[in-house]
Amino acid sequence: MRAALTRRYQFSASHRLHTPALSNAENERVFGKCNNPYGHGHNYQLEVTAHGTVDPETGLVLDVRQLDRFVSDQVLNRFANRNINMDLPEFRHLIPTTENIAIMIGKVLEDGWTAEFGVPGPKLVGIHVQETDRNGFDLVIGAPVSRRNDAVVEPSFVSVTD
Amino acid sequence: MFITRKAEFSASHVCRVPSWSDAANREVYGEAANEHGHGHNYIIEVTVAGDPDPVTGMVVDLKQLKEILEREIVQPMDHRFLNYEVEPFDRVPPTAENIALEIWSRLRNQLTSTPARLHRVRLYETADLFVDVTGEDFDT
Repeated sequence: MRAALTRRYQFSASHRLHTPALSNAENERVFGKCNNPYGHGHNYQLEVTAHGTVDPETGLVLDVRQLDRFVSDQVLNRFANRNINMDLPEFRHLIPTTENIAIMIGKVLEDGWTAEFGVPGPKLVGIHVQETDRNGFDLVIGAPVSRRNDAVVEPSFVSVTD
Repeated sequence: MFITRKAEFSASHVCRVPSWSDAANREVYGEAANEHGHGHNYIIEVTVAGDPDPVTGMVVDLKQLKEILEREIVQPMDHRFLNYEVEPFDRVPPTAENIALEIWSRLRNQLTSTPARLHRVRLYETADLFVDVTGEDFDT
């Protein structure tokens, strides 16, 4: 028997939505308040979902403490109390919308996942990034699994050039 | 179309494999292996799938679903020590995963009088940790 386990984390960071491809007036029109020159911050919430076999002896899909360490090392420690535009090289030329943040976090977790959790092991099947109480995005990772009832953003990784 | 009903129960549990040493249990479960147990306010979200009935406009009778959740889950588990008072947790560790699977098993045959079907059981152990189980999780 299998199950999907979701763990929720939080990090606080600042960002500014702005693209040099548009004029200042156009940036303001597209991004509104998020284009404020000095940036602004959010308490982001990140949910990470792993799906796998429930170990018949321990009753566990994975070791939650191991997941906590992995997510802290790979994501939370990099974002926490940072300016995303200035401090994270991935976003030097990529607008840190919550969509792009979700895609970047999904990629980082996916890249390190197998080395951390082994084969066969629990699979990373999705993440959810919540920017505010009213604004969040789902990223489905790997084969589609009907994990959620909500609308989903299909994975379409943006190549990051630096 | 999906419709979700929520219910809550408070219970204590301890995560231990009885045949293991204290050290081995602590290694796997951490503080959740503390001998005398600890408790959670568990929240369940039960999602049912179906089409709205053309006459009533309802996917499922929510009163009936509420009664089923109360009878099958909340009454047997609320204010109980799961390991000692609720089967099968005398034999399998009451991890969030196993509790979610047990809730699915208890509910799977309860909606037979309606065309709606059980789609997903979500069990929150804390606000920061939940487990989802669907019918696909029982395929061989």
